[in-house]
Amino acid sequence: MDVAIIGIGLHPFGRSPTLTGQQQGASAIRTALADAGLTWKDMQFAYGGSQDGGNADALVNELGLTGLQFTNIWNGCATGGSSLHAAYTAIKSGEYDIGVVVGFDKHARGAFNPKPSDWGLDDWYGESGMMLTTQFFAMKFQRYMHDHGISNDSLIRVSEKAFQNGALTPTAWRREALSYEQIANSMMVSDPLRKYMFCSPAEGGAALILCNANIAERYTKKPIYLKAAAVRTRHYGSFEVFSPSQAMNVADAPTVTASKAAFELAGLGPKDVDVMQLQDTDSGTEIIHMAENGFCEHGEQEMLLREGATKIDGAMPVNTDGGCLANGEPVGASGLRQVHEICVQLRGEGGARQVPGSPKVGYTHVYGAPGLSGVNILTR
Amino acid sequence: MTQQIAIKEGLFTWPAEKPELLGSRCIHCGEAAFPAQNDCRACGSRETEITALGNRGTLWTWTIQSFMPKSPYLSDETPETFKPYGVGYVEMPGGVRVESRFELIEGQVPHIGMSLDLVILPFRTDESGQEIMMFSFKPAEE
Repeated sequence: MDVAIIGIGLHPFGRSPTLTGQQQGASAIRTALADAGLTWKDMQFAYGGSQDGGNADALVNELGLTGLQFTNIWNGCATGGSSLHAAYTAIKSGEYDIGVVVGFDKHARGAFNPKPSDWGLDDWYGESGMMLTTQFFAMKFQRYMHDHGISNDSLIRVSEKAFQNGALTPTAWRREALSYEQIANSMMVSDPLRKYMFCSPAEGGAALILCNANIAERYTKKPIYLKAAAVRTRHYGSFEVFSPSQAMNVADAPTVTASKAAFELAGLGPKDVDVMQLQDTDSGTEIIHMAENGFCEHGEQEMLLREGATKIDGAMPVNTDGGCLANGEPVGASGLRQVHEICVQLRGEGGARQVPGSPKVGYTHVYGAPGLSGVNILTR
Repeated sequence: MTQQIAIKEGLFTWPAEKPELLGSRCIHCGEAAFPAQNDCRACGSRETEITALGNRGTLWTWTIQSFMPKSPYLSDETPETFKPYGVGYVEMPGGVRVESRFELIEGQVPHIGMSLDLVILPFRTDESGQEIMMFSFKPAEE
């Protein structure tokens, strides 16, 4: 049995000072329901999550107390991916025919400030100034540059493309294109990563209506099929955030295993993918994720980026809506924003940012603390 | 005289003439961890022992923390007195890469492969006037 996405909704990312996180989640659900021509009463189940925006199941206060099964999901940066995976299995198992996934968030300004004990760590680790995601991504990329001959030029080109795409995306937060020089000369935050190479915590909401593919055409002329959803965690030896020590032998990242599992489930390979969303909490991770998801070899990114391969009109368009760099990262909503964008592209509704050639296969990938990854493969 | 205490017992031998980092090693698979833990994250065994990891290592990767972190960072600094510091993973003779701060030398860019020596330095002063001691590294002098 296949699972179809029949409705998509976003509450614009960025800042919504007058709305709570939950209101932004409800706003995304209303948009998705309207897109599918359905009402809240039609929903048999819901999965949803948020990091700082409160409980997802409290959305029923706004949308209606219909008695549906509503399960809160919290799984770090893979919260959206995990909600989607839960919905995918609920429909595939035959238990439910139609339901919704939602993610939303509302973060304070500035970098995240995690509590060591939430991550199974002692206080000294945070107190001494080593518990910053920005440091980890910088260190991971510093080593990657050393091992695979990638230069700062690649980092700059990823950011340049992100803000170009953001400028074309009405729901994006950062809608101003930045020049190569502006990015190259922006403040150094954590060597080698500069200010315009990091995404920022933000606000926003995203929702998807899913159903059994057999009934999808009742609701839409353009169903998008969720061919695979896979979530994986880290192995011993993979180099992960919030690790006071690392093993000497570096193992494959969870992205590699999630990606392989998803391709196997879908019966497709990297060459089949026409448009992709790869987690870009910073420019360096987008570069690493191109290879970890199987779309190129490690080290090939330098040349691919110089050729513009990842731009909207390139051979492998990445983050056509500007990704996390241009949309910010409301953690609970971010993974579903990626799926939303792939649905837009596969429906051919991308407007100024539409990938040419009627893309058929899309791919989404999230990666987050403390070492987990979620991959989805979608087709039309 | 100011009393000095370790930021956490068991991270390093101290006071000691030549302090070393302390970790744990699994008696089954031999994998090391820092800080020491009761269970082995490699094979899942529950039999590990405390082991010295050494005091000279090699920088495996690095960055520079250029702004003052917010909570949970806890130091005596203000944004005005804050000084950027190095953060890296240091490959230790004990067979594990340990995340650590390291001292930046004016005019010297850190590089992968550089040799570093363990140092135990005052990090902050607590409410009762005790100096909190933290491990760090500095470029080795050959």
